[in-house]
Amino acid sequence: MIEQNLSLLLVVIPLLAAPVAAILPGLRPPWLLALAVTWLCFVIAGWQLFTVMDGSIISYELGGWAPPWGIEYRIDAMNALVALIVAGIAAITMPYALLTVEKEIPRHQVPLFYSAFLLCIVGLLGITQTGDIFNLFVFLEISSLSTYVLIAMGEQRRALTSAYQYLIMGSIGATFVLIGIGLVYAETGTLNMQDLHLRLQPILDHRTIHTGFAFISVGIALKLALFPLHLWLPNAYKYAPSAISVFLSATSTKVAVYVMLRLLFSVFSSDILMIEPTEDILLLLGIFGVILASVTAIYQRDIKRLLAYSSIAQVSYMVLGIGMASNMGVTATLIHVFNHALMKAALFMAAGAVVYRAGSSRFEKIDGMGRQMPWTFAAMFIAGLSVIGIPGTAGFISKWYFVLAALEQHSWLIALVVLSGSLLSVVYIWRIVEVMYLRPATDTGLSVKEAPYALLVPMWSLVLANIYFGINTELTLNIADISVKLLDITD
Amino acid sequence: MKHDLILRVIAKYLFPVIALFAFYVLFHGEYGPGGGFQAGVILSVAFIFYALVFGMETTEKVLPLKVLRVLASSGVLTYAGTGVATLLMGGNFLDYGLLLSSKAAGQQLGILIIELSVGITVSAVMLIIFYTFANRRRPWEDHHD
Repeated sequence: MIEQNLSLLLVVIPLLAAPVAAILPGLRPPWLLALAVTWLCFVIAGWQLFTVMDGSIISYELGGWAPPWGIEYRIDAMNALVALIVAGIAAITMPYALLTVEKEIPRHQVPLFYSAFLLCIVGLLGITQTGDIFNLFVFLEISSLSTYVLIAMGEQRRALTSAYQYLIMGSIGATFVLIGIGLVYAETGTLNMQDLHLRLQPILDHRTIHTGFAFISVGIALKLALFPLHLWLPNAYKYAPSAISVFLSATSTKVAVYVMLRLLFSVFSSDILMIEPTEDILLLLGIFGVILASVTAIYQRDIKRLLAYSSIAQVSYMVLGIGMASNMGVTATLIHVFNHALMKAALFMAAGAVVYRAGSSRFEKIDGMGRQMPWTFAAMFIAGLSVIGIPGTAGFISKWYFVLAALEQHSWLIALVVLSGSLLSVVYIWRIVEVMYLRPATDTGLSVKEAPYALLVPMWSLVLANIYFGINTELTLNIADISVKLLDITD
Repeated sequence: MKHDLILRVIAKYLFPVIALFAFYVLFHGEYGPGGGFQAGVILSVAFIFYALVFGMETTEKVLPLKVLRVLASSGVLTYAGTGVATLLMGGNFLDYGLLLSSKAAGQQLGILIIELSVGITVSAVMLIIFYTFANRRRPWEDHHD
C-alpha cells in the first residue's frame, strides 16, 4: 500500500512537516524535523528514480479522479531525476543549515525559517511530480512565495530589497505563465499534460496557441533567469542566508529548466520550435547569456555575486541545449542540470563557510582566507575546476556533451561559445584563487580559523560527488538517455 | 476611539453578525458562491473590526499571536491530514468518497473538512498579518530606547 503512494508522499511529507516546524519551540526541534523529512524524501526520490530507470512511468490519480479530469502525478525518468536533485540537495543542505542559520537568523524566526524551507521543497518537488499544467503553476507559486520569504530573512537589510525585486519579477513571470495556461486551456479545454499534448498537435499553428506558448516561455524564462531577464538573481543569491543560497542555486533554476523542457517537448512538442522563430531566439539568448554573464562574473568584487553570475552563464548553456532541439542537445541539458546542481551547491557551501568565518563575502574582506581555511579553499577550487570543465570532474562531462551536440548539427558557432564560456570561467575562478590564496591576509583575517566540521562534511561530500560523477557517468547518461526517448523531439 | 460610545455599541452587535455570516459563506459554499477562503477572510474581518474599535491589547487577550500561529498551522495539517486519512483507508490521496459508508456523503463531508481547514488557516494568517502591521513600532520610536 505504501509503495504505490510513495510518489505522492514525496510531496505530502514535507507539506505535513512545514506547519509542524512552524509551531515547534526552540532552535533544534524544527531543524531535526526538517533534517529527518529531507532525508526521508531523498530516500523516496532515490527509490522513485530506481523504479522508472527502465523507462516505465508512474501515474497517480489524486482524489481517485481519473485523468484527464482529475489531477495526475506522472513520473518518468526526467521527473525522477530532477526530484532526486531537489531532495538530495535539500538533504545535504540541512546539516549545513544548522550552524549558519543559528548565526544568521534571529532566534524567534528559526522555526519559521525551517517551515518556509520545507514549503519551498514542497513546491519544487510538486513541480517535478505533477502531470497537470495548472497544478504545476500552483506549485510554482508555492515555491516562489516561500523563496521570497527565505531571501528576505537574510542578515543584511538589503536582503529585503533583493527579495522585493525578485517578488516583482517572479510575480510577473508567474502571471505570464498563468495567462499562457489560460489561453491554451481556452483553446483545448484540458489541463492534463498528456491530454494537452494530443489535443495540441492538430492545432499547433493556431494564433492563440502561439500566444499562449509565448506567454508561458517568457514566464518560465524569468524563473530560470535567462538573459536578459536575469537581473533579480545576483542580489537574491548574495543577500539570502547561506543555506538558502546553496539550496536555491542548486535547485530552483534547474527546476525551471525542467519545466521548460517538459512544456516544450512533452506538451507542445518540438514542432512548435519550427513554426515560430523560438529556436533562434533561444539560441541567441543562450549565446549572449553564456558570454555576457561570464564576462560580468569576472568584474564582480563579491564572491557570492560572482558565483551568481556564473550560475546565469551555466543556465544559458542549458538553454542552448534546449534551443538546439535535438536529442543530443537535450541530453546535454539534462546532464548539465544534474552536474551543475552538484558544482554550484559545493561552491556556494564553500562561499557560505567563508562568510561564516569572515563575516562578509566582499573580496577586500576575504583576502588571503584560503590559507586560513585550507579545506574550504580546496573544496572551492575543485568545484571551480568542475565549473570550468576540467576532465575528471562532472563539469567536463556536460561540456563534452554540449560540444558534441553542437558539432552534430555542424554548428561551429555554438561549439565555440561553449568553449569560450569555459575559458572565461577559468578567468573568474582564477579571480577567486587570486583573492583567497595569493593575496596576503589582513591583520583581522589572520585570526580566522577553518570552518567547523558541520559545514565541511556536506561541502566535501558534494565535492566528492563532483569527482565521482565526472568519472562514473553511467547513471547520469542512462537517465538522460531514457528521459530523452520519452520526449517528443523530432530531429 | 475609546470614547466613541455609538461605535463601541455597534461594534459589539456587529461582531457576531459578521462571524455568523462567515460561517454561512463557509457552509453555503457547496451550493452558491463562497467557500473556505472567503469565509476565513470574513471571519478575520470581525476580529480586525474589533481590534480597530477596542484596541490591540484587548484583542490580543482574546486571541494571542501564539494561538493564531497554532491555528494557522492546524488548518494546513487538517487539510493534508484528511488526505492522509483517506490514504490509510486504502484509497488515493483526498479520495473523500471513502470517509463515510456512502460515497456521496463521504464526498460532502470531505469537502466540508477541507473548506473548514482552509477557512481556519486563512483567517489566522490574515490576523497574523494584521497583528504584525498593527504592532509594528514606528521608525522614529526605535531611537529612544
